[in-house]
Amino acid sequence: MEVSEMQRQFVEYSQSLFREGYLDSQFTQLQQLQDESNPDFVMEVVTLFFEDSERLIRDLTCALDQQIVDFKTVDAHVHQLKGSSSSIGAQRVKNACVEFRNFCEEQNADACRACLQQVNQEYFLVKSKLQTLFTMEQQIVAAGGSIPIMD
Amino acid sequence: MAVDTQFHVLAVDDSLIDRMLIERLLRTSSFQVTAVDSGTKALELLGLQGNHEEGEQEQHEDHHDMEVNLIITDYCMPEMTGYDLLRKIKESENLKNIPVVIMSSENIPSRINRCLEEGAEEFLLKPVQLSDVDRLKPHLMRTKSRPHDQKEESE
Repeated sequence: MEVSEMQRQFVEYSQSLFREGYLDSQFTQLQQLQDESNPDFVMEVVTLFFEDSERLIRDLTCALDQQIVDFKTVDAHVHQLKGSSSSIGAQRVKNACVEFRNFCEEQNADACRACLQQVNQEYFLVKSKLQTLFTMEQQIVAAGGSIPIMD
Repeated sequence: MAVDTQFHVLAVDDSLIDRMLIERLLRTSSFQVTAVDSGTKALELLGLQGNHEEGEQEQHEDHHDMEVNLIITDYCMPEMTGYDLLRKIKESENLKNIPVVIMSSENIPSRINRCLEEGAEEFLLKPVQLSDVDRLKPHLMRTKSRPHDQKEESE
């Protein structure tokens, strides 16, 4: 594939992620903070986000599995996940967390479990899409091209 | 006019992702940054150990373990909140003039007012942006002139 074709596909894919609400302007902010002196900044932060989120989802699953659910703990985990997803621009994950916190406040265990499923789904979706995006970037660079700047 | 020394910001946040972000934001804006994950660590670096100040009878600048021009801290942290940290700093003879900025992911007016009343310069909503960091510069400029070991610069 020609580099220009790769770049075109990259731009199209990127734009679709924003259009469909997977990513918001905070992700663009991350991209703007990346430069020659910090060429892997986005990947580093996003990788941390993956690790952090998977740990939190595991902890949430465990907490909601208990006979007596400790909603304070559940809420604390969701608050963290909401924070980190917001920080990287993973909009749909963040929104799912907002909903989740409402049910924590209501101490509704069943609704919380449904929310956890939703959060889990949104998380794995955005993870897969970001990984695709990074792969496309790497292919462009490997072919000697530069990554189009999105704004 | 050229600035001889960079401003040094102490960033406090228990979230690793947010620490990475704030560090990058600040470095991009030409600040020197030290990032720690708790209020306790921040106080240690600033020379306040536990509830006592080291050498509280004396006002020597060099008893500070670290010179800091601004402190930016998250509000929601386990053990010591950003508000608690703010209070400890404002209660300290040696540290109370260091501008403190609070960050929070939650837009709660009573929280914001409490912090501003306690002496915080600004309250930033997360996620923090480059434009927010630009707003910090005036607060730093006013702590810039230190007669002891830097040239006086007039702007």
